[in-house]
Amino acid sequence: MTHTVLVTGVSRHIGARVASVLAADPDISRVIGVDTVPPPSLTRDGGIPLGRTEFVRVDLRSPDIAGVFAAADVDTVVHMSLVSAPSRSTGRAAMKEHNVIGTMQLLGACQRSATVRRVVVRSTTAVYGSSPRDPAVFTEDLEPPDSPSHGYAKDAVEVEGYVRGFARRRPDVSVSLLRFVNFMGPGVDSPLTRYFTQPVLPTVLGFDPRLQFVHEDDAVEVLRRTATEDHPGTFNVAGAGVLLLSQCVRRAGRPALAMPSPAFQLLGNVARGAGLVEYSPEQLRLMRHGRAVDTGALESELGWRPKFTTAAAFHDFLSSRGLQTVGGARW
Amino acid sequence: MSVPHEAEDATVVPISAAPSYPRDPGDDGPLAGLLEFLRRRLTGDYEVDEFGYDAELTDKVLLELLRPIYHHWFRVEALEVANVPVEGGALVVANHAGTLPVDALMMQVALHDEAGRALRLLGADLVYQLPLLSHLSRKTGHTLACREDADRLLRKGELVGVFPEGFKGVGKPFSERYKLQRFGRGGFVASAIRAGVPIVPTAIVGSEEIYPKIGEVPFLSRLLGLPYVPITPFFPLLGPLGLVPLPSKWLIEFGEPIRTDEYDPGAADDPMLVFNLTDRVREVIQQMLDQLRLRRGHAFPPFL
Repeated sequence: MTHTVLVTGVSRHIGARVASVLAADPDISRVIGVDTVPPPSLTRDGGIPLGRTEFVRVDLRSPDIAGVFAAADVDTVVHMSLVSAPSRSTGRAAMKEHNVIGTMQLLGACQRSATVRRVVVRSTTAVYGSSPRDPAVFTEDLEPPDSPSHGYAKDAVEVEGYVRGFARRRPDVSVSLLRFVNFMGPGVDSPLTRYFTQPVLPTVLGFDPRLQFVHEDDAVEVLRRTATEDHPGTFNVAGAGVLLLSQCVRRAGRPALAMPSPAFQLLGNVARGAGLVEYSPEQLRLMRHGRAVDTGALESELGWRPKFTTAAAFHDFLSSRGLQTVGGARW
Repeated sequence: MSVPHEAEDATVVPISAAPSYPRDPGDDGPLAGLLEFLRRRLTGDYEVDEFGYDAELTDKVLLELLRPIYHHWFRVEALEVANVPVEGGALVVANHAGTLPVDALMMQVALHDEAGRALRLLGADLVYQLPLLSHLSRKTGHTLACREDADRLLRKGELVGVFPEGFKGVGKPFSERYKLQRFGRGGFVASAIRAGVPIVPTAIVGSEEIYPKIGEVPFLSRLLGLPYVPITPFFPLLGPLGLVPLPSKWLIEFGEPIRTDEYDPGAADDPMLVFNLTDRVREVIQQMLDQLRLRRGHAFPPFL
């Protein structure tokens, strides 16, 4: 059977890695990569070799994506172009449009298409929010007591709503909704990885959140498996175990600067205003209350579990950036 | 039927597979052990479980600080410890008193040192809103009192502790000492039935006398968002000195476990059954309290 896979968000690290893995799969006849910007150059910016991926530059917010569907018999869609932080130049409104309207356009095209059989959407565990009234460990069916009300997390909640609506309207299509925890690994560049490479790590006084990471290799493998086999449903994706922020800071060998919550927020806003960091309010909440998710559903569905635990993923990230603990840690 | 069934479900719980810390420091002597402990702590080379429980920190720091208070200040005697299951999930249900929840800490020491079990308490959500307390509570093994966390801990075979009276119990005036308050909505009983684990009724005598609450300041408690701001004979009169708990004599008795595995897990949705079982547990604890109080006699033996 011939497969044509459409991958969105292909100009960013994880998207490019997924596209290149799919392009290397002999069972897949065509991989079409879509993004609003061209992929970074291989030689200058350390891009990922995309293999035989055909790149199409499409603004997801426009109906142009339907043209791509019409031109190729796309049967699998891997949607990874959620933007997690507003870019300095275009701001929050453009980010929301990209995330929510982009997904709506893409799903609209999928709904019209007679060939689409499988849709995989990358979401985030940020949809659970982060609050002191949360259960310690979220399973996929839990309704968060405080649903996230801004930023990336709110976008993701809305995107998930449209994805579920699509799954209801097209029961013949296998829809996988993957809620990833924060990516961690040598190639990952996210607000959180930039946070851990700062010389001093600000933390919120009196709070020590639980964090979970998924290694980029495992994330790519989960996306590859869901893109090539039917695994309908919603799944949390995380490395085993949790790390406390204090553990992360110690393992990174960086000094922590604990400051009261209002000061932390003030500093965060100043740094954001100065363009030093990009983050959103729900990331601040995460730095206070943390979050952990259960990955039992994914593991029983795939019969596979991530190779990297949360701690191993973090260690791999640290060693790739040349960071290590003062005493030289052993894992 | 429900115990092995639930145990099967528990095998899919994956991220708790964190290994415990190495308990045996080796033959290098206490100093090397201490240095190794400090090295592990400073480099973050230790494990916490998915709830944030740090077994090493709890055993070596928190409980170590509490043990002198347990043995020498309150002279706690733990009775009928054999009623606490040696392994597997169980729900310890106890009375709550003393203005500040010192009883939770003493029960934790008793269960850790005398029954060899780590106690996983279900705490009020106020605890998780406050700085410091929120993460200390998680690190010492406790979590939010909600259905999901209770079910998850019991499925994993943990010893879960609950004070169903909540703030009504711990903040009641001294004149109502050793009178059990209402037992919430019986959510703890439903959790035990779902997991098919035994309920261990527990009576704590001595906690009522540590801070005899004779009044409160409603204005301040509203202002601070706290359930109450207490007045005791020594607080706020003596300032910080008034925070020293009175050295009452304590007894903690673990009662005979009440089995729930004869019910179908679906019975947890039967309100009548849950209410009846809740009342039964409450009556058992009240009887244990009355007997234990007689057995102890005076709260401050050398003086009264």
